[in-house]
Amino acid sequence: MAEMKTGAEIVWECLLREGVEVVFGYPGGAILPTYDALSKYNDKIKHVLVRHEQGATHMADGYARASGKVGVAMATSGPGATNMVTGIATAMMDSSPIVCITGQVTTGAIGGDAFQETDMTGVTLPITKHNYLVTHIDDLAQTIREAFYIARTGRPGPVLIDIPKDVQNASIEFVYPTDPIDLPGYHPPAKATDEEVAAALELINKAERPVILAGHGVLISGAMKELRELAEKGNIPVTTTLLGIGALPASHPMNMGMMGMHGGSWPNHAIQEADLLIACGMRFDDRVTGNLKTYSPKSKKIHIEIDASEINKNVKVDVGIHADLGTVLRQINPSVQRVDRSAWFGKIKDWEEDSNERDILQFESPTLLAAQAIRKIWEGTNGAAFVVTDVGQHQMLECQYYSHDDPYTLSTSGGAGTMGFSLPAAIGASFHVKDREIWVIVGDGCIQMTIMELATAVQENANINICIINNGYLGMVRQWQQMFYESRYVETPIYSPDYVKLAEAYRLPGYRVEKIEDILPTMRKAQEHNGPVLIEFVVEQFDNVYPMVPAGADLHDMIRRPHPRFENMDIV
Amino acid sequence: MKQTLIALVEDKPGVLNRVASLFRRRNFNIESLAVGHSEVPGVSRMTIVTDEEEMLRRNIIKANLFKMVNVIDVQDVTEQSCVLRETALIKVEADSVTRGQVMDVVEMYRGRIVDVGTKTLIVEVTGEPEKIESAINVLTPFTILEIMRTGKIAMTRGEVMPRTNGTTKAPSNGKH
Ligand SMILES: Cc1ncc(C[n+]2csc(CCOP(=O)(O)OP(=O)(O)O)c2C)c(N)n1
Ligand SMILES: [Mg+2]
Repeated sequence: MAEMKTGAEIVWECLLREGVEVVFGYPGGAILPTYDALSKYNDKIKHVLVRHEQGATHMADGYARASGKVGVAMATSGPGATNMVTGIATAMMDSSPIVCITGQVTTGAIGGDAFQETDMTGVTLPITKHNYLVTHIDDLAQTIREAFYIARTGRPGPVLIDIPKDVQNASIEFVYPTDPIDLPGYHPPAKATDEEVAAALELINKAERPVILAGHGVLISGAMKELRELAEKGNIPVTTTLLGIGALPASHPMNMGMMGMHGGSWPNHAIQEADLLIACGMRFDDRVTGNLKTYSPKSKKIHIEIDASEINKNVKVDVGIHADLGTVLRQINPSVQRVDRSAWFGKIKDWEEDSNERDILQFESPTLLAAQAIRKIWEGTNGAAFVVTDVGQHQMLECQYYSHDDPYTLSTSGGAGTMGFSLPAAIGASFHVKDREIWVIVGDGCIQMTIMELATAVQENANINICIINNGYLGMVRQWQQMFYESRYVETPIYSPDYVKLAEAYRLPGYRVEKIEDILPTMRKAQEHNGPVLIEFVVEQFDNVYPMVPAGADLHDMIRRPHPRFENMDIV
Repeated sequence: MKQTLIALVEDKPGVLNRVASLFRRRNFNIESLAVGHSEVPGVSRMTIVTDEEEMLRRNIIKANLFKMVNVIDVQDVTEQSCVLRETALIKVEADSVTRGQVMDVVEMYRGRIVDVGTKTLIVEVTGEPEKIESAINVLTPFTILEIMRTGKIAMTRGEVMPRTNGTTKAPSNGKH
């Protein structure tokens, strides 16, 4: 006879069978039965007590991005669950597979505005891939299985499971369901049709000025090898989105780097001049296209994308292929022909050289520049770190000055641009990433959004190096004010605590760096320490990120850093 | 022309809300939505009419619907040969003098009088939405007090259409 198990125990039984190693969460009344049952499972599953439920979701997300496995976050009903909303939306925008388990008031109380009742399936409907309210214990195990399956397959995303307290307390004879998951309305696509392959090849082999746009889908599909083959075999330059960084090594001669608002000027120009765009697992976000009316006007477009609703959403394409990217590239690559494109590569080289001359690293500055600091972090980690960034100037500078040669070594909030992501996401990543150093690059604004997770980092002895790029401002917003609001710096100067003392208070080593020559020695100290370390970099306040495509402007219409041969540098 | 979609959805709590919420969130406008049980137990059938004219946007609506976990299949039947029907209940002011005139109109539209009050009549008209519009226009001079329309329901003519999207493609695993 099968054993009797409570709903709470079934939750842990199911998590174990999904291969879950770690759960990030915070207890409270409505999830208490499940926490109580954890005492029977905590030799098999690690639970990390966070300091805020937003942190739990970012940790689950950070873990998922680093490992490719589903991250799990847990919270109580009402405020515990609503605190997760930002993290869920962040995971949704970046197609990150997480499962959030929330307690709910008892089934009989639902709808009556009971204490700490919030309609979580309602609240998270537009920001989850799918969500569930489990009203009967018989459905619990199958629901959890489905949730994990949905989270990790197709275009991954967050799934929320809301479990009323009485369902956690009920018990049944538990038999783990083993029949295949049957979701009649859920069909992740697999491969391209022969006609689609032929149509794509026709365009690729004919193109004179093609560009590959590599997005997050390359990494999610694990199609790095196939992408590289397409680029090398077809002799086609590649540019990546923010989340596509790592799809092709940064040092690969065909990799032009990141496109878009703060991308390189040369990939942006290349996109505008191209006669073919091959979009691979990306979604033509406004931050990479600029003005859609003038976007890449001369090109035919191929879009390979696992989510059909992204095809023709923003940019009308000539060949849309709704399928798994890696599979499609394996179908296409064998018939891709090598075409001489030296004229095209020559043009790109010219654009690149012009950009290199304007590079801020060419300048002397009396103050430490954020770009220099980040370049040094790259140097001090041999470019091999797992980097987690936050959102703002420091994030864009990371993309420009930390060159990633390996996939899955950058974790950053792209689609949502969620300030506060980096510290918890790095803690989450630290439960998977053991073979690389983890470096957090975070602004003075962002760190203060989730700074309470320093306690979690210390408690878990998470091996992370936290670099606070302190420019005294909400720098990215200040940059917009400078450029578009006549330098009225309204509410962007931001006060910071003494971070070294703060580190001391949280009981982790803390350092302050103001000179470029002190960076590497300080990094050494951090590298020698096992556990979290905080380094504050005091940097130039008024530097900007260039190039910049103003929101809604044409992609080729970038604000450039003044050219040193003609103009003075514009930093004070 | 309005876009007409037929969706087969799982008959589960909250599915109607999910579909409606999708339209709201994606900024698509629902003209009408009719839902009820289908021939398969556990599966409901929806007819959704949108005011979207543009082909690419129509495809996006369809793809978004199809992407939903509880939506089993979607067909855009706008361009297909379909039986389209809508039913309206129309309450009209009618006393002993005008009652006969109203009944003549109803006759013309092959409608029925389903309730008679001392000062009112309820008229039931079924047909293509254009016919309903026309009946409403003709009844307007008698003073219409209330209108309730079901929204359009649609069924393609002839053989049952095979399920269109994705169902032939095997699941891929999203691991990396
Ligand atoms: C939660 C949240 N609130 C507001 C913003 C808007 N925002 C984008 S970047 C930024 C400034 C970030 O400041 P800081 O962390 O100091 O980074 P810096 O740009 O100075 O490098 C702000 C306020 C956001 N992205 N997320
Ligand atoms: Mg700052």
